[in-house]
Amino acid sequence: MSADGVDRARRAWARLSPGARAAAGVIAVFALASLLAPWLAPYRVGQQIDIVHLASLPPSWAHPFGTDRYSRDVFTRILYGGRVSLSIATLAVVVSATVGTLYGAVAGYAGGAVDTVMMRVIDALLSVPRVLMLIAVLALWSPVPVAALVLLIGLTGWFDIARLVRAQALALREREFVVAARALGAGPARIVRRHVLPNVLGPVIVAGALAVGNVIVLEAGLSFLGIGVHEPLASWGMMFQDATDQFVSAWWAVIFPGAAIVATVLAFNTLGDALRDVLDPRQLPGHAALEPPETAHG
Amino acid sequence: MAEPLLAIEDLRTYFYTAAGVARAVDGLSLAVAPGETVGVVGESGCGKSVSALSILRLVSPPGRIEPGSRILFEGRDLLALDERAMRAIRGRRIAMVFQEPMTALNPVFTVGDQVAEVARIHARASRAVAWKQAVAMLDRVGIPAPDERAREYPHQLSGGMRQRVMIAMALMMKPALLIADEPTTALDVTIQAQILELLAELQREYGMSVLLITHDLGVVAETASRVVVMYGGEAVEQAPVAALFAAPHHPYTRGLLAAMPRLGLLRERLQTIPGTVPAPTAWPDGCRFRDRCSSAWERCAAEHPPVYPIAPGHESRCHLAHEPARRDGPAAAGGRAVRA
Repeated sequence: MSADGVDRARRAWARLSPGARAAAGVIAVFALASLLAPWLAPYRVGQQIDIVHLASLPPSWAHPFGTDRYSRDVFTRILYGGRVSLSIATLAVVVSATVGTLYGAVAGYAGGAVDTVMMRVIDALLSVPRVLMLIAVLALWSPVPVAALVLLIGLTGWFDIARLVRAQALALREREFVVAARALGAGPARIVRRHVLPNVLGPVIVAGALAVGNVIVLEAGLSFLGIGVHEPLASWGMMFQDATDQFVSAWWAVIFPGAAIVATVLAFNTLGDALRDVLDPRQLPGHAALEPPETAHG
Repeated sequence: MAEPLLAIEDLRTYFYTAAGVARAVDGLSLAVAPGETVGVVGESGCGKSVSALSILRLVSPPGRIEPGSRILFEGRDLLALDERAMRAIRGRRIAMVFQEPMTALNPVFTVGDQVAEVARIHARASRAVAWKQAVAMLDRVGIPAPDERAREYPHQLSGGMRQRVMIAMALMMKPALLIADEPTTALDVTIQAQILELLAELQREYGMSVLLITHDLGVVAETASRVVVMYGGEAVEQAPVAALFAAPHHPYTRGLLAAMPRLGLLRERLQTIPGTVPAPTAWPDGCRFRDRCSSAWERCAAEHPPVYPIAPGHESRCHLAHEPARRDGPAAAGGRAVRA
């Protein structure tokens, strides 16, 4: 099973466009750089090197991305900020994908009244804008622990994935192989585990990749509003917010974190779109059974 | 007949749709003896497949099996069982083979895994034991190099091989009854013969009963010992195979036989039965076949024909049994038209 997964991943990689491979490369570089921040960073995190003489320096060999108004090295902060931004985004999406997939699979496979009620709950939750919901909670809960922030973002972001999975599950339920599995005595739990979940994995991975980009922007936005992560932690959004008022005098403190956000989001979106094409089962020979549902929205 | 293995009594499966109540199966009765092969034939839309799904209670909403229907299997009424007990029967005592083995297999698992799964469900076998049994079963259904084939995915196998895999899954637990719903329709003719032969062979070996659902009378002639002809959601004629082919009684059966291509019989064109099966939301009153029947007279509109005995083991739902003189009917001149 796992050797097979590797094989499938390899085949998928072979089908990716050069742009998508570049995007995957960008993500890999950012992830690695963040991971290795303690070894790569030229200075200690949060270190104010010399606030009198070395504040707001333009990029130079000593400070490739310059220093901010507190004389902190922007390059160092971007490396450490990447840890925060990327891990919050990834973990939040893992939370969203897990909750959304299970919720959607249960609703879609159960069908009928259960499905109707579960979907109306989502409609109700979706009627409150996500940002508003987060602002309301975060404004009252300050400073918020990072784990709670991850959970809050994750738990407000699973609705779309749930809908997607539900639509797939609804269609899968009518597929002949599911009927065949039932005819052989498989119960509902087994069918969801064996027949529904593996067959929705592709779309969920795609949706997840796209969602990571969204969450990075969301987290940046919250931090920009001052209600996301708090000092001494730094996220890209926070750095951006910190420095905007000196944009004219010290543009590097704004541009570099901004560029990191834009590059990462672009990379995730490009990769997500490419994965959608690659994982689209209609393009795999002999996978007719996985065609997407005609009745996607109910 | 000895105590039947399966006895369907007045099965009615209705679908409650926006267009009205579709009475897909409406008063079907039939029995299958232990070890016997019964062929169920009829056109598309006559209720064959819904009947098969009803036996396993796999009809999903808006379909419903109406109260008053009975499906007796090994002495128990399946319709009275709870879902748990029913699950223990599916795949273990009654198994089913589907028409299209490509779509009936899950594309993301190897075929060995899918065959083994049946043993894991019913025998709670360990992964290793189930796998070994699956490979043995694949070998038994005539898959060459089963060890390697078991590790392949459905799309890597040919249609005939996939159908063998389906049969392996169905027979894993040695069921008492195998329902085969158009098992060869999706296959090449040469492969068809092989699959039918395999089914017959396994049936003898396991002593199981087979309910073979098909629109192909040729398939029935080759494999079944008894035939049930379905029309309009009910059985219109039942007979031993030889009797049905030699002396069909119901005009619908005669129409089906006349529409069959046969070697040695020179005909310009094959005959067809005029018209199409009426929508199951609107069976005609009286005899459901009367609109397409050249012998139909007033009685056919007024009275739903009961089951008339024709000969031992041969019965027909046609008033002609009572008034045989009307066979050639008033409409004989134009009714039994040869239309292509």
